[in-house]
Amino acid sequence: MAPRLARDRIRLMLETRGIAKVYGSGPKATHALEDVSFTVEDGEFVCVVGPSGCGKTTLLKCMAGLMRPTAGEILLRGKRVIDPPDELALVFQDYSRSLMPWSTVRNNVLLPLRHKKLSAAQRRELVEESLGSVGLTRFIDHYPWQLSGGMQQRVAIARALAYQPSVLLMDEPFASVDAQTRGDLEDLVLRVREQYGITILFVTHDIDESVYLADRVVVLTHSPTKVKEIVSVDLPQPRDQIATKELPEFVNLRGHVYRLIRRELAPVTSVEAVPNTGTPV
Amino acid sequence: MLKVAAEIAVPVAIVALWQLWATNRDDPKFPPPSTILAKFQDMWLFSEFGTHVVPSLERIGLGFAIAVVAGIAIGIPLGLSRPARVWAMPHIEYWRAMPPPALLPISIILLHSIGNLQKVSFIAFFCLFPVLLNTIDGVRGIDPSFLETGRSYGLGRIERIRRIVLPAAFPQIVAGMRIGLSLAVIMMVLSEYFSSTSGVGYVLLISKNTFDFGPMWAAILLIGVLGYVLNLLFLAVERRLLAWHRGWRATASA
Repeated sequence: MAPRLARDRIRLMLETRGIAKVYGSGPKATHALEDVSFTVEDGEFVCVVGPSGCGKTTLLKCMAGLMRPTAGEILLRGKRVIDPPDELALVFQDYSRSLMPWSTVRNNVLLPLRHKKLSAAQRRELVEESLGSVGLTRFIDHYPWQLSGGMQQRVAIARALAYQPSVLLMDEPFASVDAQTRGDLEDLVLRVREQYGITILFVTHDIDESVYLADRVVVLTHSPTKVKEIVSVDLPQPRDQIATKELPEFVNLRGHVYRLIRRELAPVTSVEAVPNTGTPV
Repeated sequence: MLKVAAEIAVPVAIVALWQLWATNRDDPKFPPPSTILAKFQDMWLFSEFGTHVVPSLERIGLGFAIAVVAGIAIGIPLGLSRPARVWAMPHIEYWRAMPPPALLPISIILLHSIGNLQKVSFIAFFCLFPVLLNTIDGVRGIDPSFLETGRSYGLGRIERIRRIVLPAAFPQIVAGMRIGLSLAVIMMVLSEYFSSTSGVGYVLLISKNTFDFGPMWAAILLIGVLGYVLNLLFLAVERRLLAWHRGWRATASA
């Protein structure tokens, strides 16, 4: 599944088992997630796609330990996730609400390192290295709001990398940048994955993006959400924005995932007509 | 040009007119500005500066500092916890609505009148409310995703308060502090006027009792200058500390 990782045995990194999440109770209860199970292996890049409002953000918050699922459990290297684990970093969709406007880029990246047992020199090195790997060394003393949207999201990625997690969770990270920037950021993520040997779980609503990035794509149903299908993406590495997307395999996979999701958008029954406007926070 | 007129020319013109009017009138209750300025220089530069201005400034400084520390320390937990707010808000609203002079007699009796304790507590008590209420409001208004970011990166409660809650609420806390500082000057005058043996408020009292209008006007002038300068100093500090806030707001609204 993870072709670049020449390992004798592929270890399980993340496992979600029968995750369900219900908001509220009684007749007004919203069943965001019904039964979501899948695994992510060490070093793997897994994308999660699903129709809008299917509870992708809810799923990710449960996985990040920010929210308790109503049922089921999440295991990180076999250990149950209850609080946000040290081994895991989350990149939020809205960088402008996740980077601290009162801190410079340097201090934003430093923020999660302050309570780690590191020397000042190690901290500085981690900050500079991670900002270097996203190409923002020159902007280290700027404030985030002085940078463009794409650059701000790169700061958020650098902050996650400096934290040295085993797993990077990304919640529609490129949803609010323009198409050109988006392509650049996708390639950046593929590059840092290579560089850091990190496991990535990437939630998106963009089918092209999911197929382009992933080793496997987890397709979700609409709410109440289950796993519809898990699609293996055996496209050659490294991926290329033009060449990869011209491959007939890419086109086939993209079509396959598209059809899976479109079927989910077909007329809904009364049970499924529960109003679901995104994910309550 | 207009700025120069507003800041210098107009005040100069007012003082000149006042000088003319007061000289013409020749009333001891309204000495001309030249006499007041002479008195001002005579008293405050600096023969009585140590005996009256320094104690007043000390009381303002101490009372204000206590109010700021207490307001933030109480305001943060209240801002973070809805149940705590439900319990505490009626009490805060009650005491906040209390007119300061109403508490003056009891504070003089309970805190033994003449000493600094009564004046500092009096100033601190009434400066507390703007700081406290603004802290509560500022903390409540923090975008939850900032806090979620901190939590996801394993920041402990204290770290989250120090690195996220405090800076995020700081612009509003500072706005409360500015109101508090102007209140501190009012409370200083009030408490010194009623129970003191030193301070500019005490000078007002003595000059009233002796019908000595020179020192009275000199004290009034000084109190005005004090309030004005304190506010200027505060704004200068604020401009430095909250530079990020202006930049951020400018890009957010662009």
